[in-house]
Amino acid sequence: MESFLNRYRAITVLLLVIFAQLVLLAVQVKNDRDVPAIRVWTVTAVMPFAHLVEMVRGGTAGLIRNYILLKDAGGENRGLRAEVGRLKLENTFLKNELNTADRAKALQIFQANTPSKTLAANVIGVGAGSNSKVVFVNRGSVSGVERGMAVVTPDGIVGKVIAAYPTSSQVLLITDPEFAAGVISQKAQVRGTLKGQGTPMCKVDYVPIEEKVEVGEMFYTSGDDRIFPRGFAAGVVRVVRKSSPFQEIYVEPTGLQHGVEDVLILIEGVHQDIPETPPANQPVYIGPAPPADAQPAPAAGTPGQPGTAADRLRTEYQAVGEAQNHIFGEGPPGTKPPDFTKLPVPGAPVTAPPKAAAPPPAAALGEGTQPPAAAHPAAPGEGTQPPAAAHPPASGGGTPAPPVAHPAAPGEAPSRGPGKTPGTPSVKPAPKTVPDAVRRINQAAGAPSGGRIER
Amino acid sequence: MTYSGERILLSSQREGQVSRFRAWVLLAVPLAAILFQVYVPLFFQFLGFLEMPLLVVVYFALMKRSQISGLVVGALVGLAQDSLSKNPLGMFGIVDTLVGYFAASVGLRLDVEHVFIRLLLAFFFFVFHQFFYWVMVRALLGQPLPFEVQRTLVLGLLNAVVGVSLFHFLDKLRETA
Repeated sequence: MESFLNRYRAITVLLLVIFAQLVLLAVQVKNDRDVPAIRVWTVTAVMPFAHLVEMVRGGTAGLIRNYILLKDAGGENRGLRAEVGRLKLENTFLKNELNTADRAKALQIFQANTPSKTLAANVIGVGAGSNSKVVFVNRGSVSGVERGMAVVTPDGIVGKVIAAYPTSSQVLLITDPEFAAGVISQKAQVRGTLKGQGTPMCKVDYVPIEEKVEVGEMFYTSGDDRIFPRGFAAGVVRVVRKSSPFQEIYVEPTGLQHGVEDVLILIEGVHQDIPETPPANQPVYIGPAPPADAQPAPAAGTPGQPGTAADRLRTEYQAVGEAQNHIFGEGPPGTKPPDFTKLPVPGAPVTAPPKAAAPPPAAALGEGTQPPAAAHPAAPGEGTQPPAAAHPPASGGGTPAPPVAHPAAPGEAPSRGPGKTPGTPSVKPAPKTVPDAVRRINQAAGAPSGGRIER
Repeated sequence: MTYSGERILLSSQREGQVSRFRAWVLLAVPLAAILFQVYVPLFFQFLGFLEMPLLVVVYFALMKRSQISGLVVGALVGLAQDSLSKNPLGMFGIVDTLVGYFAASVGLRLDVEHVFIRLLLAFFFFVFHQFFYWVMVRALLGQPLPFEVQRTLVLGLLNAVVGVSLFHFLDKLRETA
């Protein structure tokens, strides 16, 4: 028996092992139950090694990945530096674009609010020569530009047109030694002549030594040169030296402070008042128009009702126009304006076309153009002169009104008569006085004071 | 490691040399083979065709030249495979037990050091393993498992090629006399 087992030991063991596994298999299949113990042992024995292998693999992969990342970090760093440089350039470009947009907006607001008829232009080049103080703008005689016209920005005067070509014009900057313009100081109303020096500073000449001029004071155009209308900012006094017979006054041109890119050519200048305070910083913010269905403000001019003097004036003029079936803002050029000689007596309720006649402020209406939202009866009594219309935020009954109106002088000719050649640089005389309150209102509204609406 | 030159068949069992392995090799190599089968296809799916536990069983059975050792190794490795699969315990166990027994029996007659013999045996036992597993699944479990002959032959060839390389590597782990 023992020899038999020794002889067939292998096959016996095989049969036993096979039989044991068959029994195990049969038990599982018959009972439909697993033998969890063996699986648990196996999994417990095998899976820690799998976990270890996974840790090794993850660590190795992470190490390789970090090494590769570190290896690529130099190149990536260089790429990022280049990207930063590119973004800086792009940022600078966008800032410039934003500044340009701000300037354009300020220019547009200024153009809309200034009483003068202007033509927007862009500087497209500078004159040849290193000391050239001449620029070229993209508007020429075709656009109505003529030699001698003033060139301004919302910040102040820039120069004057010295040559008008068909599609471009040559502008002499105020820093050119050949440039000269009549100016007047803000506080003491001291008159002088602004001269270019070929440097960033300009000199105000012919100011007697006894006149008082302070550093920081503004000089405005006086209108005496018949080129620049009165009231445009010329520069800020930086240096004042007492010398005989005239003071040495150097001003920094305000019109060139922010560079010269977008300018306005004064096709038809209108004199303005010298503001009592320096002009507000540009750009000027003008709030949105009130909603159309807003409750209209009570009519000004009625005793006991709130409103500014400008509101009352506008109401009076609107009443006169409506009484004559005139619709403001409509009608082709050449349409007959309302007869404002039938304005009511100041202070009287506006119920019927007034009998009292007053000189029509025709200049304020501009034949064929949009009628002004506010005007002023010409030649009112000194001291009782109604103020020019301001821009009350809540007035107007939902109709956005221009912020500034300008009183017309008695007997003033229409500034924009039909068929009038716009190229003629005409300068109109300024009104004699404007109430301080109105001037402050206009300045607070961010518009040039004393302006008359011409859109 | 001795090669028998041109001779493939041994004239007697005594001509064959019994290889001895350290205990950790007998434990680590099957464990590594099982780990390979359950872990590597997670990242390299195309390596899922490799039956590393089967190749290890064949190798140890051939080298040990002991039928009992071969069937025991086969049974243990097969049961471990069963434990890590969804099969009932014993399916791979029985198949691998038979493979280990027959591989050891063949190793007593053939010069298992020969590369061609190794290639042929690896191919044969892979096909036998697949076929017998298919038979058992259909016979014992009654499951309609298809048997793709062409695919089995191709995979057998690939496993044989890999097995030859594996056997060559495992030869380094043998104890030198």
